[in-house]
Amino acid sequence: MTMMSYLGAIGAAQREALENDPRVIIIGEDVQANVYGTMGGGKSRAEKGDFLQIFGPERIRNTPISEEIIVGAAAGAAMTGLRPIVDLSYSSFLYMAMDQFVNQVAKNRYMFGGQASLPVVFRSAMFFGLSTGAHHSDRPYPMFMNTPGLKIMVPSTPSDAKGLLRQAIDMDDPVLSFETCMLWGLKEEVNESEYRIPFGKARIIREGKDVTVVGISTGVHIALQAAQQLEVENISIEVIDPRTLVPLDYEAILNSVARTGRLVIIDPANRTCSAAAEISAMICEIAFDCLKAPIIRVTTPDMQIPFSPAIEKQLYPDVDKAIAAIKKVLK
Amino acid sequence: MMLANDTYLEMYRRMLRIRVFDERAAKMVKHGEIPGTVHTSIGQEAQVVGACMALGPEDYMTGNHRSHGHPIGKGAALGPLMAELMGKAWGICEGKGGSMHLADFKVGSLGESGIVGSSIPIATGAALSAKILKTGRVSLAFFGDGAANQGCLYEAMNMASIWKLPIVFLCENNQYALSTPSYTVTAGRIAERATGFDMPGLRIEDGQDVLQVYDAVSTAVKHARNGNGPTLIEVMTYRFNEHSEGLRIGNDYRNKDERESWLKRDPIEIFTRYLMTSGIAKESDILDMKKQINEEVEEARKFADESPMPDPSIAFKDLYTEPSGVSL
Repeated sequence: MTMMSYLGAIGAAQREALENDPRVIIIGEDVQANVYGTMGGGKSRAEKGDFLQIFGPERIRNTPISEEIIVGAAAGAAMTGLRPIVDLSYSSFLYMAMDQFVNQVAKNRYMFGGQASLPVVFRSAMFFGLSTGAHHSDRPYPMFMNTPGLKIMVPSTPSDAKGLLRQAIDMDDPVLSFETCMLWGLKEEVNESEYRIPFGKARIIREGKDVTVVGISTGVHIALQAAQQLEVENISIEVIDPRTLVPLDYEAILNSVARTGRLVIIDPANRTCSAAAEISAMICEIAFDCLKAPIIRVTTPDMQIPFSPAIEKQLYPDVDKAIAAIKKVLK
Repeated sequence: MMLANDTYLEMYRRMLRIRVFDERAAKMVKHGEIPGTVHTSIGQEAQVVGACMALGPEDYMTGNHRSHGHPIGKGAALGPLMAELMGKAWGICEGKGGSMHLADFKVGSLGESGIVGSSIPIATGAALSAKILKTGRVSLAFFGDGAANQGCLYEAMNMASIWKLPIVFLCENNQYALSTPSYTVTAGRIAERATGFDMPGLRIEDGQDVLQVYDAVSTAVKHARNGNGPTLIEVMTYRFNEHSEGLRIGNDYRNKDERESWLKRDPIEIFTRYLMTSGIAKESDILDMKKQINEEVEEARKFADESPMPDPSIAFKDLYTEPSGVSL
């Protein structure tokens, strides 16, 4: 085990994949200079070498600022034998390539009757909570959950980031990885040898009997803090991290709610059609009889993100909101 | 460029295949045998085949909504294409693509596209993999004069140029984006836009002559294969039918004299005359080839007729490499 940051773990997974398979390449804006942490954190880069030096400019490719061709070319390359990892830096930049994501990446395998495979990973970071303003702060994974054909990972810990990303690179389907910038510096002991975390398998991080709390990305950490604080009040919280939103491990959430009868979902996305909305709808449809109280979604309201630190942070889910929601479902 | 007689004859056969296939498909739309609509390449066969024949069988190609000519030109079998148009199980995409989304990976056809310009980045990516994997393959992106005003083309041209990707950007300028005359929405000449991206650009004024197209694209393919990067080729041509079959907007948007003068320049008639005057084919050879292609299309139609409809469960297959678990 080695102490790794979230970003260092992402770098480690990419390095593993680049070393194992010459078909793996990294393309994106500023990837050669590691501006957005393509190779992991600054420290690990200095210690372990520079991807550009190790793998060369043929495989570590700086692109023009042209998201549509970055995404489309990665898709075309994946359809013809490469396994690209695309670094799109900010998640809000994905919209520039919406046609390629929706009409090509997501559809080509299906539309061509299974002739195409698209082994490609699109990484991007959500910079919310850091005063980057409306153009850099989106949490847009729900939009892509509504696009069948894409797989979506939302790692919440360094270990998950490494294992999920490695799995994503090895899969033959297109994956969007939504990484939270606020988690970049989060550190823990990570297994430095190769391992993969399967998609569609949630992790029950903490067992409990009173309320099931599902956390998405930063929502996981909020849930854990809330659970800890409520322990002193003898409230027992089960915390579930779905890890991937497509496929989504409904079964793990259902099994938990069947035991607790209460569900709170903490999701930093905008409220309407959020991951939380989808999970809530699914539980209502399938497990309504198990519920002892209405489900509560703790999300960001349907609002754009303002710049000023004085008014930004109030919009996102936090521990106080989580605790209030948990207490409400227990009433 | 002097070619083997067989090459000329193969060009001719492919042009005929497109013509007869598309004439048949148009009729089938009219009779309700093909659901939806089709966009025929009738009138544009020279430009399609001249470009496709300049590629090798391993080379890649993407296309657009005017979508049957490209795979046929690249050598795809007709039966699975016709079955696809009819939404049948034996269709090349198992009935899930339809006319506008044909693809036959066996012949390097990586997919047509119902979104104008959208397949250009895919072709660019295929060229990137050819370069990195050193396969020696070349990629060709077909697109129309309408797509020439999509931003993704210029993102693609820029990337292809800076990375010297082995790709040919082939603009099939049939002069109308549906009903909109190209000159009313397009500044300057499309071919000249290549200059800004530091790549060769040329315009073929007579895209009804298959040999002119073949020569130009062959040069571009050689340029690409030698590691010198992309070329933009604009081919002037004309579609003889409506934008899509069954679209009843008349032909008022196209000047009558203009239309008649282009209709006189039928690419198949032009090439027939060439083959006969140059002694490559006798009249009887021409008749034999026409008979043969009619039979091929008839066979394709028979194949498609005999195909069952896809099982409803197929609708839930192939979204991912493993089953998605989604059902009704």
